[in-house]
Amino acid sequence: MTATTNRAPAPRQPSEATPVLETIDLHLTFSGRGLRKGFDARAVDGVNLQIRPGEIVALAGESGCGKTTLARTILGLEKPTRGLIQYRGRPLGYSSRALRAYRGDVQLVLQDPTGALNPRQSVYEAVAEGIRIHKNPGDEEQLVADALARAGLRPPERFYLSYPHELSGGQRQRVVIAGALALHPSVIVADEPVSALDASVRGEILALLLRLREEMGLSVLVVTHDLGLAWNIADRIAVMYLGRIVEVGPTEEVLANPRHPYTQALLAVAGDGSANDASRLTLRSGGRTRRDRPTLLKGEPPDPTRIPAGCRFHPRCPALADGRAAAAGIADACTTASLPLLPSATDRHLAACLLHDDVREAVVARG
Amino acid sequence: MTMGQAPPAVTTSHAAAPGGSVVWRRRRASIKRTWLELWAQPQGKAGVIVLGLAILVAIFAPVILGQGVLSIVHAPGRQFEPPSLTYPLGTDEYGRSVLDLLAWGSRTSLLVGFCAAIIAMVIGTVVGVVSGHYGGWVDTIAMRFDDWMLVIPFLPLVIVLNVLLGRGVDKTILVLGITSWPGTARILRAQVLSVKARPYMERARALGASNRHQMVKHTLPNIMPLVLANTTITIAGAILSESTLSFLGLGDPSLTAASWGTMLDGAFSEGAVSRGAWGYLLAPGIAIVLVVLAFTWCGNALEKVLNPRLQQE
Amino acid sequence: MTLLEIKNLSVTYATEQGPVPAVRGVDLAVDAGQTLGVAGESGCGKSTLVAAALRLLPRSAAVTGEVLLDGRNVLAMNWGELRAVRWAQASIVFQGAMSSLNPVQKVSKQIAEPILLHEKVSERAARTRVGELLEQVGIAPSRMDQFPHQFSGGQKQRIMIAMALACRPKLILADEPTTALDVMVQAQVLTLLADLVRDMRLGMILITHDLSVLAQTCDRAAIMYAGKVVENGPTSEVFGAPSHPYAQALAGAFPRIGDQSSRYAPRGLGGDPPHPADLPSGCAFHPRCPVARDECRTVDVKLRPAGVDHSAACVLVRDELPSGEGVPA
Repeated sequence: MTATTNRAPAPRQPSEATPVLETIDLHLTFSGRGLRKGFDARAVDGVNLQIRPGEIVALAGESGCGKTTLARTILGLEKPTRGLIQYRGRPLGYSSRALRAYRGDVQLVLQDPTGALNPRQSVYEAVAEGIRIHKNPGDEEQLVADALARAGLRPPERFYLSYPHELSGGQRQRVVIAGALALHPSVIVADEPVSALDASVRGEILALLLRLREEMGLSVLVVTHDLGLAWNIADRIAVMYLGRIVEVGPTEEVLANPRHPYTQALLAVAGDGSANDASRLTLRSGGRTRRDRPTLLKGEPPDPTRIPAGCRFHPRCPALADGRAAAAGIADACTTASLPLLPSATDRHLAACLLHDDVREAVVARG
Repeated sequence: MTMGQAPPAVTTSHAAAPGGSVVWRRRRASIKRTWLELWAQPQGKAGVIVLGLAILVAIFAPVILGQGVLSIVHAPGRQFEPPSLTYPLGTDEYGRSVLDLLAWGSRTSLLVGFCAAIIAMVIGTVVGVVSGHYGGWVDTIAMRFDDWMLVIPFLPLVIVLNVLLGRGVDKTILVLGITSWPGTARILRAQVLSVKARPYMERARALGASNRHQMVKHTLPNIMPLVLANTTITIAGAILSESTLSFLGLGDPSLTAASWGTMLDGAFSEGAVSRGAWGYLLAPGIAIVLVVLAFTWCGNALEKVLNPRLQQE
Repeated sequence: MTLLEIKNLSVTYATEQGPVPAVRGVDLAVDAGQTLGVAGESGCGKSTLVAAALRLLPRSAAVTGEVLLDGRNVLAMNWGELRAVRWAQASIVFQGAMSSLNPVQKVSKQIAEPILLHEKVSERAARTRVGELLEQVGIAPSRMDQFPHQFSGGQKQRIMIAMALACRPKLILADEPTTALDVMVQAQVLTLLADLVRDMRLGMILITHDLSVLAQTCDRAAIMYAGKVVENGPTSEVFGAPSHPYAQALAGAFPRIGDQSSRYAPRGLGGDPPHPADLPSGCAFHPRCPVARDECRTVDVKLRPAGVDHSAACVLVRDELPSGEGVPA
């Protein structure tokens, strides 16, 4: 077995053509039931996101930020309360026929490959399932073999009769991906595709996603909490907080030069590689001095049923706490003015923060 | 862990999916494994042996004994004889050999037991799966109906139904089937709810599967082990109920009817024991107990064998 | 001052399929005020190692070697001494600690339990100490009579840490203390642990599968694979410039943001970590090793010097080192 430093060929530039998938002012609210009556959870609270052909977009954030809900809504597994989803320029319909057609094009790869495969189905059946459901034309066996091969399981015939518990974690995830590929989708939505796998195995699955993008022009939306993963494979990254995208842009710009205080805080604890990680938080024995700590946000990730007024990040915002906001004269606005949604059609690096002139002007202009 | 040890390459025909005989081979291997594990448990072993014997007797009774044994007119022995060498279990009120009656009776008891349980299982599975899968008002209505049926006392309900539908083996089967499904439905619904939450169900939805596809291709195979274990216990209950009904005089009305319950009824109402024919009362009673126990043992052992796999999955 | 020294520790489980070696001859050491990180993937034996150190494994596990806590061998102690050691000298923060709290008992009662067991103090005194402990971990002492479900995940983890500190141990063994926590909360908990180690001059062994966690908090790192330590040294070296091919692959799986060489270049290994019941011959890593040689199939290498206080178990290490350098492993 050779280690794979899978350097993909230079990423193709996403075309400026129609985005393959776009969400416009998307909202999804879970209404409280029973004891939680009256407490509506605004899981997705206004999202404009675009995915272009052949693009890999990372959707990052902590738990509870709404990224998984957003992904499921994009897949049509949940119906939005407001706003719409456009696929290839046409709005998504929710009739069972429209959804089924849609699902032939936009596929899901789940977090846990062991759970995602029916333990009583052989690999062949698992991959063929989608083909049979959609009654796709063509020789079924050929399609299955093709999908397995493209997912890196070669020769495909050797895996037809295996059951999930006989395969390794990486192979299982490849089977799940093959199942999605069998339908020749244009977009794959991958929810934490490698977090359940051992660390040394993750690389091969990520390399697979990159290769699929190269060979098939597949677009991928990767939902993850791991910024390192985004750094590894994403062209663009959107950071979510409490149901909204707070920062978006090309990965290298956002992660190297974060403009939103939340992104900055996330990066500080993730370790940016440039500083010496090992000296970060510890004190060596011998009484040497402590290095500077990264700013840690106080408190826990907040509750989508209680979204703060004004900028939703302001209760935990380091810039507000340490006076930078006051110095810029926006401290009041941070707590009261509601921020506009970030637009989707862009390659620019944008952040929803009043510290930045363009956002401030937009708020002021709105009055 | 032997990583991805794929089975040896199988040459496949292009026409059909590589299923057919090879998939069946795997299924047989899995059944064989289950069987071996079942046999390894003392409960399972005992249950299987007793059941095997009972089924053999039931199948071969008409061949070995012939129908003539049941005739009241041509009964060979004297009434109410105690067990002896000629009649190992004694005779009944007509002079028929109790042993022969026991053998014949096994046919009715087992037949009713199996058939009623199958009806209950089919209805219960359909209701449980549909109710659990769809949820919402379908589930609410089905489960309230289920509650209602569970709450009505069993025996009075069965008696009323029997009176309404008339008597006879087929009517008994129907009645028992109708009254046994609610318990099965409940248990299966719970398992369906648990399966519904698993990621591969969501994957099936994401692939575009219809409700029917999800229920038939995913939910059903995954609850089958539970269905199986539950069925054996339902059979035991049905046999017991049939015996009770016959004992109460609600079984097969024909005079030559032989079922263990009928025998118990005969022995009891004719006072067989005080007349010395203790074999007449004891034999069917013990037979019922043994068979019901055997089914219960099998059901328990089966559940123990299949459940760990259920839990793992 | 060496707080804990593990010498040639081996653990073999007796299973129906035969003996399974979970840990195979491990040597480790932790000083007071120092944090040692033990990293590895599933099946490498790291959790078994920690449980073995306090003799928490079932009877069917055969443990050999020495575990010297302050000079005394834990494995040779009698029951009374062992109970005294447990929690008062060395305590454990368990994996999935958030589910380790009894949901029907108040938090104060749970933290007070080890105190009352080990020290002859009144309940009132114990309560005072509970208050102090909660304060130390950053939870308001007024909340001590609440139930576990009233706390968040990160707070529950802090409660577990408070419990681990209850009897003033010298050594803390933390098994995956931050798995399932968000990165921000994780950073808070790790900072807390680092502060405690520093302020109270504790020794800590931190077990994790996440190298970035290790890099942030530990002075020294030991990478385990298939029951053995394959690399051991200062964190900056083990993470920044690892010598063992497995450590290199593992480090590569945690890309540094900002490092251009990992952009569009995910690094990984084929195959799976081996199952302890089914270990390859020779060096357990050879089937997946990118630079394996013939000898690797038959020879199982011991740790060799690869730098100051730094060792790695690979045949290649000796080749690259100039002679005369290096320190006993």
